[in-house]
Amino acid sequence: MTVTAVRKDPQRLTLTVEAEFGASVDRVWQLWADPRQLERWWGPPTYPATFTKHDLAPGRRVEYRMTGPAGDQHHGYWDVLEVEPPRRILFRDGFANADGTPNTDMPITTIRVGIEEVARGRTRMSIESVFPSTEAMEQVLAMGTDEGLTQAVGQIDAILAAETIPR
Amino acid sequence: MQIAPPDFDRVFAALADRTRRDIVRRAIGAEEGVLELAGHYPMSFAAVQKHVAVLERAGLVTKERVGRRKVVRTNLEALLVARRLLDRYEELWRARIDRMNELLAETADAVDTPERKESNR
Repeated sequence: MTVTAVRKDPQRLTLTVEAEFGASVDRVWQLWADPRQLERWWGPPTYPATFTKHDLAPGRRVEYRMTGPAGDQHHGYWDVLEVEPPRRILFRDGFANADGTPNTDMPITTIRVGIEEVARGRTRMSIESVFPSTEAMEQVLAMGTDEGLTQAVGQIDAILAAETIPR
Repeated sequence: MQIAPPDFDRVFAALADRTRRDIVRRAIGAEEGVLELAGHYPMSFAAVQKHVAVLERAGLVTKERVGRRKVVRTNLEALLVARRLLDRYEELWRARIDRMNELLAETADAVDTPERKESNR
């Protein structure tokens, strides 16, 4: 089993997953830094991701779309906050409209990736997701439309359902 | 795999606020009414009342009559909803990590000699 630890904090809506790989830090870094490799794992086989923009630098943006079995497309983006190759990435993962502009009605997940060597050829990766940001949810609340929120969550549900591989 | 409790969205939104999370924590013991709860925060009674109302609508707390008083009680069931959401996120990342592993295994030869990777094509 590659996943070595999972920590959940329901009150902070935070999930931390740690995994170990039999590969070097640089090799694991490439999983994130190379869009063609990213495409191989970000989306499930039924909803493969295509990264149309991949500028992994602070202040820059990564854009992708996921295509479903019926040709349905779901757009997403990362706002890259911090990058320290080959060890660290901090970004906000959000939903986008068809034209690539952020869908501001949708919650944003903040993801912190850490990569470190535990032994020669053995690398630990930790992924901390905060879902969603307080600001995003406050914004939705301030709008006072439960309808918009329901719809947004419905879309997340659809995407999550698609991404979940039944065991 | 379907996990979609009806008030999932509200629970989600209600827990996004620090004061409300604190109210949920304090109300587990179901000892205080809104007035007593308001004493813990540097904000007006009305503001705290609003927070409690948001939590109530999300099903995270209920107001219960104890003798002549009304106390706020946390509904632990609703908190589990948040946990289930995190469970689903765990599944998502486990699946991603499985795929990462497959990808790493596939290119294991190239790891030892990274220079070869490009010229192989």
